[in-house]
Formats: sequence, structure tokens, C-alpha cells
Amino acid sequence: MSDRIAVAKTYKLFVGGAFPRSESGRTYQVTTAEGAFLANAAQGSRKDARDAVGAARKAFGSWSNATAYNRGQVIYRIAEMMEARRAQFVELVAESEGIKASKAQVAVDTAIDRIVHFAGWTDKIAAVFGGANPVAGPFFSFSTPEPTGVVAVIAPEEDSLLGLISVVLPAIVSGNAVVVIASQSRPVPAVTFAEVLATSDLPGGVVNIITGSAAEIAPWLASHGDVNALELTGAEPELRTALEQAAAGTVKRVHYSHGTPDFFGDPGTARMRAFLETKTVWHPTGAVSLSGGGSY
Amino acid sequence: MSTTNVQDDSQNRPARNRAGQDVTGELTRASAGILPAHLADATVDESSLKRFLAGLPGVDPVGLEQRSAGLATRSIKRASKLQAIDLAISMVDLTTLEGADTPGKVKSLAAKARRPDPDVPETPTVAAVCVYPDMVATAAAALAGTDIGIASVATAFPSGRSSLQIKIADTKLAIDAGATEVDMVIDRGAFLSGNVGKVFDEIATIKGVCGDTRLKVILETGELGTYDNVRKASWLALLAGGDFIKTSTGKISPAATLPVTQLMLTAVRDWFDETGELRAVKPAGGIRNTKDAIRYLVMVHEVAGPQWLDPFLFRFGASSLLNDLLMQRRTQLSGHYSGPNYVTVD
Repeated sequence: MSDRIAVAKTYKLFVGGAFPRSESGRTYQVTTAEGAFLANAAQGSRKDARDAVGAARKAFGSWSNATAYNRGQVIYRIAEMMEARRAQFVELVAESEGIKASKAQVAVDTAIDRIVHFAGWTDKIAAVFGGANPVAGPFFSFSTPEPTGVVAVIAPEEDSLLGLISVVLPAIVSGNAVVVIASQSRPVPAVTFAEVLATSDLPGGVVNIITGSAAEIAPWLASHGDVNALELTGAEPELRTALEQAAAGTVKRVHYSHGTPDFFGDPGTARMRAFLETKTVWHPTGAVSLSGGGSY
Repeated sequence: MSTTNVQDDSQNRPARNRAGQDVTGELTRASAGILPAHLADATVDESSLKRFLAGLPGVDPVGLEQRSAGLATRSIKRASKLQAIDLAISMVDLTTLEGADTPGKVKSLAAKARRPDPDVPETPTVAAVCVYPDMVATAAAALAGTDIGIASVATAFPSGRSSLQIKIADTKLAIDAGATEVDMVIDRGAFLSGNVGKVFDEIATIKGVCGDTRLKVILETGELGTYDNVRKASWLALLAGGDFIKTSTGKISPAATLPVTQLMLTAVRDWFDETGELRAVKPAGGIRNTKDAIRYLVMVHEVAGPQWLDPFLFRFGASSLLNDLLMQRRTQLSGHYSGPNYVTVD
């Protein structure tokens, strides 16, 4: 077997449900934690980010209008597809992060469980974060959460799979569409996750994965007029500050974990809530009873 | 052939009116009196017209498409791109041709034509708005006091399937309501069945009705089938006095394409070389983004010549194109990408 030449894979981007090369034609070598050659990855550019935002915007309409029940089914399907490729993910995560297989196994299992967790959230968001408001007037007032729109995400650099899933899934649960810049040094689990997404029922463009330098690509996303929110948990502090400033020009929502995020712990709801807009409806119910007797 | 005096033309030119031609047709012919002999001969009667069109060189589709594709690879950046965007905006015939058009929609279109990007008031205005004849009065009122043209489709648009009387009445309706440009459709059925004389007469007659109002002749290239037919129809329209040759109605696919537009630009260029007259071209339908528009501008420059980079001689028939041009213009000015939320919905 030692004579055999290994088939090294050249990974591409994941934009609009397809796997295009970078518009720039650039690639870079990805190594294992020990420094051995692992694969070639596409080095995304400004224009790839632009195309990804276009794809996300196109997908946003139908994804956000899909029923919560349907979104839950689709996201659960991602977990199903990932479960089938569990062994491959364990190997890739172990190689990419330089950790033991047993530890990688825990990370992959947690990641898959996390997808199931968020699949369950789709039809509960409206009930938990919306509801009827008690108002002093002849109105029935209720609030309902709606997705923010296109969310640009910088995935954590270290935690290549669980980190990625922990920042992407909370955004798409409520109907947002995502453009995510994968870990630059450990992109292989992310692009393999793209292959999972492509074979699940997720509509093309709901998640777009770009590999390359966040420092190069993210500023274009932060200032982009058609991006509605940023998830910057994966950004270095200096870059994060610059991106927050750039985002102010087009008034975006910005969210990131304060301190070091623990992706193995309880995912909580903060990240889901960060990419929701609350719509409140006031519906007239008739005249107020003058006697104050509540005689409706 | 340089432009010659129209007055003394009658002495040395053979009568180009075909027997039975009506008066409005004659007017057109008189204004086309500067034609060189071989073009003039082509319009003597139907058989000579057929002979002339049959004598046009055949189109090499591979070469044509290759040249179009080659020109489309030109990269236009920064200051040149901004200039191209501004030029493209000023060439847009902002169009709404829907059964669901309302006076409100036409008014909002007119408002957009006057001030395409209210945040950036120095954005150029569009060349014209293009509507159905019954909406011309609404558009004219909304555009009063501007130099924005009011183009109206006419002659039983988009199929052209009606009698000449109806087509004349349709054209008059548009002009009386205030149209400054008329977009007519040719009778594709007549053209395809070889009845080119009928097509010629219709164009000439409608041009006669139009008088000074500029006439755009829609060839509907998507229905003509071959590049050879596009070339023939282009020459036919030019001979009959069309001020513009326009690719499509926008109602059928394929609409405007680069190769077809290249053929038409070649025709107006050849027409200029032979007669000294500048005729215009309008691709319409299917041009949705800035990149496409700039490709067309490159082609205009390379195939027809820089003279045609002028809203008088080249137009885009489009509706969604304008928003993309405005977004790209904003991107060029602000240094970051813009989005559809920053331009008006139409």
C-alpha cells in the first residue's frame, strides 16, 4: 500500500448551493496541526463574498417564508446526513486540530447533537420570544419574531466544526440566510460540512461557506449594504473592532460572545435572539367599556 | 458617401415610390432621398427589395458569436466604469409594458426617470420612459418640463397582428397623447413568409405618420430565427426609414443578445458609411445588470464607433437594469457594496 499516491482533494467554495472555485482563482495549502499537507482550499476574495451575499439574499425569501415546521425538518435532515459521515468528520477534525480521535469524536457528536437541538427550536421561537402583550386599550397586541435577513458570520479559528455549527445554526433556525467565512487554518471540516449541506434538503444559498482570510474578506461583508447582521465570535479582537465600526455605516446588528466561548456547554438562546426582529401588531378590538367592567 | 442636399435630389434620383404607395409612405421616401444609387434602387419595388436583401452577405454565426464573446471579456474599472455607468443610465428607456400598468405605476416610473437616485441628485436622468399608448398622457404630464423622452409602443404591440389602419390609428393615438418616440413592431409573419414589401410599406407608412417623431422599429429577433434574417430585417428597417432598430419587444425569449446587437450595430455602421446618416440601435429585454450593460457599451464602441456612445444613438430598453446601475454607481462612489434596500422598488 505504501506505493499508492494519495488523492489530495482541492476543496472549493460553497455558494448558492453550488461549489464554485474562487473568482480570484487562488488556492492555498491546508496542513494538519503537525504541518503535513492535508488538502488545497480555495482562497476566497471580495467578489466571492459579494456573490455569496447575492445568493443568500436570493435564498432568504423562500427560507424565511418556509413554515417553522418545514425548517425544522430540513435542519434535522442535516443532522441525519452528518450522522452518516460521522467517521469522516472525526478523522478530519482530528487531523485538522491535532487532537486524539476520541476527543474529535466528542466534538463531532456534540456538533451533530447541536444540529438536532436547533432543529427543535424552529417552531418554538415564535412561542418563546413572541406572544400577546398586555396593553391598556381596546387592542389586541401581539409580538412575533422575524428573521433579520442576511447574516455574515466569521467562524471560530480553533474549533473547526463544533464552533462553525454553533455560530451558523442559530442564525438559520429562525429563517436568516448566512454567509460564513470558515476557519482559515482549519477549513476542511467546514467544506466537508458544505458537502453535507449540499446533499441535505437545505435550499441553495441559505448557507454559503467561503474559505480564505477573514481579514481580507470580512470588511467587505461588514460594509455591504445588503448584509443585515454580523456574527463576530470567530473574529480576532482588533478585526472585530474594525468590523463593528464598518458595520455602523449601514446599521447592522452585531453579535459576538464575550470572553472565550464554550461550545461544549449549553448553547443558550442569545445567538438565536441576536438575529431576530420583533414585529408587534396592534389589532383594534372595539370600544373600551366606560364602566371599566370589562364587558366585552 | 457624404450627406448631400435633399432638395436637388429629386432630379438625379429615380422615383423610389412603389406603385400604389400612399402619401405618408412618400414622405418617408423623400426624406430618405440621400440614398446612394444601389440603396435607392433597392426600394424601387418589391422584387428589387428582395434582390437587395438576398444579396446581403451571409452571417458567419461562429465568428459573430466569438467576436461578441471576445468583446464581453473587456474589463472596465474605476473611473471608466463610473463613466460607463453614468452613460448607461442616460441611455435607459425606462420601460413598463404590462397589462397591469396603472396611472400610479406610470407616475412613479416617471418620478424615477426624473430623479433615479434621490440620495445622489447628480445621478443622470434616463433617456426616456416607454409605455403603452393609453399611458402616454399620464407619462407626459408627469414628465412635463423635463427633456426626458416619452416613448410609446404602437402598431398592435407586441404581436403586430392587426390591419394597417389599426396600426396607423395606434400610432396617432400615441403621438397625439404626447409621445416623442414611437416603438413599432414589424409584422414578423409577413417577413418570415417572404412578404418583405408589406413590412417595408408598414414601416414607411408609420414613419410617415410619425413625421419628426423618432421611430424605433422592433425586429423581434427572437422570432426571426437566424442571424441572416436579423441582418435582412435590419437593412429593411433602415431602408424604410426607421430611426432606430430595436431588437425585441421583451415579451419573448431570447430577447436582446450581444451577437444580435452586434449585427444591428454593424448594419447602422454600414448605413452610415454608405449614406452619411446616423441611425440608432436599441437592445431591449434581458439586460438586467451593469456588467451586461457595460458589455453592450464596449460593443457599441468597437463595432459602431465612439460616435454611437450617445443616448441619441443607443438606448437600453430595460426596467430592472436601472436599479442595478444605481446600486453599482453607489458602490463606486461609497467604496462598499450597496443593496436593493437603497433603491426604489419598481
